Amino acid sequence: MFESLQERLSDVFGKLTRRGALSESDVDAALREVRIALLEADVALPVVKDFVSGVREKAVGQEVLRSVTPGQMVVKIVHDQLVEMLGGKPKEEEGKQAPLLDLAAQPPVAVMLIGLQGSGKTTTCAKLAKRLTERERKKVMMASLDTRRPAAQRQLAVLGEQAGINTLPIVSGEPPLAIAKRAMQTGALEGYDVVLLDTAGRLSIDEELMDEVAQVRDAVKPQESLLVADAMTGQDAVNVAKAFQDKVGLTGIALTRVDGDARGGAALSMKAVTGRPIKLLGTGEKLDALEAFHADRVAGRILGMGDIVSLVERAAETMEQDDAEKLAKKLEKGKFDLNDMSKQLQQLTKMGGLKQLMGMLPGVPKLQDQLKNAKIDDKVVKRQLAIISSMTPQERARPEVIKASRRQRIAKGSGTSVQEVNKLLKQFSEAQKMMKKVKKMGKSGRLPNLPGMPPGGGLPPGGGLGGGGLGGGGLGGLGGPFGGR
Amino acid sequence: MSGWFSRLKQGLARSSSRLGEGITGIFTKRKLDDAALEELEELLIAADLGVAPAAKLTSQLARTRFGKDVSPEEIRGALAEEAAKMLEPVARPLEPDPARKPHVVLVVGVNGTGKTTTIGKLAKFYREQGLSVVLAAGDTFRAAAIEQLQIWGKRTGCPVVSGKQGADAAGLAYDALQKAQSERADLLLIDTAGRLHNKENLMAELQKIIRVIRKLDPVAPHDVLLTLDATTGQNALQQVSTFKDLVHVSGLVVTKLDGSARGGVLVALAEKFGLPVHAVGVGEGADDLRPFEAKAFARGLMGLDS
Repeated sequence: MFESLQERLSDVFGKLTRRGALSESDVDAALREVRIALLEADVALPVVKDFVSGVREKAVGQEVLRSVTPGQMVVKIVHDQLVEMLGGKPKEEEGKQAPLLDLAAQPPVAVMLIGLQGSGKTTTCAKLAKRLTERERKKVMMASLDTRRPAAQRQLAVLGEQAGINTLPIVSGEPPLAIAKRAMQTGALEGYDVVLLDTAGRLSIDEELMDEVAQVRDAVKPQESLLVADAMTGQDAVNVAKAFQDKVGLTGIALTRVDGDARGGAALSMKAVTGRPIKLLGTGEKLDALEAFHADRVAGRILGMGDIVSLVERAAETMEQDDAEKLAKKLEKGKFDLNDMSKQLQQLTKMGGLKQLMGMLPGVPKLQDQLKNAKIDDKVVKRQLAIISSMTPQERARPEVIKASRRQRIAKGSGTSVQEVNKLLKQFSEAQKMMKKVKKMGKSGRLPNLPGMPPGGGLPPGGGLGGGGLGGGGLGGLGGPFGGR
Repeated sequence: MSGWFSRLKQGLARSSSRLGEGITGIFTKRKLDDAALEELEELLIAADLGVAPAAKLTSQLARTRFGKDVSPEEIRGALAEEAAKMLEPVARPLEPDPARKPHVVLVVGVNGTGKTTTIGKLAKFYREQGLSVVLAAGDTFRAAAIEQLQIWGKRTGCPVVSGKQGADAAGLAYDALQKAQSERADLLLIDTAGRLHNKENLMAELQKIIRVIRKLDPVAPHDVLLTLDATTGQNALQQVSTFKDLVHVSGLVVTKLDGSARGGVLVALAEKFGLPVHAVGVGEGADDLRPFEAKAFARGLMGLDS
């Protein structure tokens, strides 16, 4: 969602970082751009003003103007300020991850989801229930208090079935407050750890409905009250967040549809006016598309520094452990054949395709433009997979046997052309060369232990890619589709 | 008529009061100079108008009134007039062609923008006009979306063509059109699953729906409505642009205008795309759908009585 803001800022900073010395007016000019960029990203005006004045204060300090790379310093200040406003410390100490939600209370612990209509409460409720059940091993029940929208209660029940989460049986005609009380009683009787309460969507200016949700709050005393808000929200985000904070009280914010292309200014605004952290990000339609919020990573993405930690985590999640180990062994022996390349390509599609991955790499917005212009997309990967599938096992293991007539056969079999087959083979030989280099680095101890990386395992941000490879061959395989040679 | 209008105005007044106050603050204090204009521009941006339309509006103001003493009302009135001028051409209702049996309307949009609710309201409106309306429960993805539309069908007395959750939406739309054609219905409203405009595969699914129903009627759908949540900020521009490119959106319905959101992005949308705004949603009831009126909307946006 943050790409466009990122693009805009990277232009601004590009100009800034190239300069040797900075005058105060240079900084001012850059900050004017920053201000417009933030406003266009839907960050609320008062928040933008605070942000800019905060940055200016730090940036016009003597040490910045005198430092060797003043531009870099300003970028760093903007980054730190963003992280701070998004709710993290400038350098996140991530020794042990804090639990997603505060559930330390006498069970059943009530968690209430509130927000405007259509912000994604019900879906978020089911995602959260699934996550708490699977990752934190809680016994979770969900209950829908939405008696207003047709079939809303049914929606939660269906989602519960899909995710394997129990929902409170629906009693038609029962008012929300009574449902909430019944949910807590049932939760206590049946030994649930957590009871998630999905409420009806309501406008922040609808007094009657705001009172209703306040009554529910008083009855169930939720440990967490999460405001569910759409990442595409405009300037109104501040009003909504403030109203819910004042009338109901919030413990955190769940931002949904982060996988859209909104610039995500609402995140900054809502955090700023409520003082409550963003705790969750909804990143897709599937029930496991819920992520914890990391301020520094998001700030890094906004500023074009990439989001390597998320990238590596995603790689670790999607890569089959066995495959990874096999590949690592092969690499150690310096063997890398077309079977491996095919696996790498499949891996790539599993991880969400080229575009998504590119978005996470540092300095890539420019490259993304080139990709767009070159009309290179994930279809290329599919075609390449088709080419490899049209080879015999022998050809895949020993690509050097593939001569002219075999190439013709492969092209026919995969519905491509001989040129495309040639291109793939060339790409493969380049990848193979790279693998050999990687192998040498591995011996000298420079290759981080990536392929078999355990989920959440270390890898300092920025350290991984220099070593030539996320999952070793991952980027080797990538070399072709956008290398364009 | 007055009931809904005061309701809409009330909603808009709440949202625009801060904008109004802001403008008052700027102009009771000083003349219309550069600094005042810059602040004015910021305030318009803060109302979700977007940077370019805000600049356009303020520069128009500057041309005629720069350096003069101006009252806040004058400024607001002038701004509302300019905004209304930009919005006037897009205030056009949805008019089903009576020659078509049925007139096919495909309703698309991002998740949670109010497609199903809008269809329910449209169904009620056209039923009351004496049209026979068929609904197609094409949101086969979201849990219980089919039931939701079926309830609307019961409320409005319209038959609902539906399949199972997870069924092929294009096939369902085909069946619905077949049924509507055989019954010689006046209007077919096809619901679709909400989708983010940047998900290529999901957008391709919408294109497939259109391809498939064209087998029965080569010019269908006759209208493609995009529902737009009024709380959406500048991303609305991306939404409209992508949906327009890929599925030829022919008009907009703006929902949730009864909240505190200002919907100022409509000005930017009118400026950039010129797509008609057929109706606005101002509540959850079946009657809470209204024609879009440029002048009233613009004046409401600036915190003025109409």
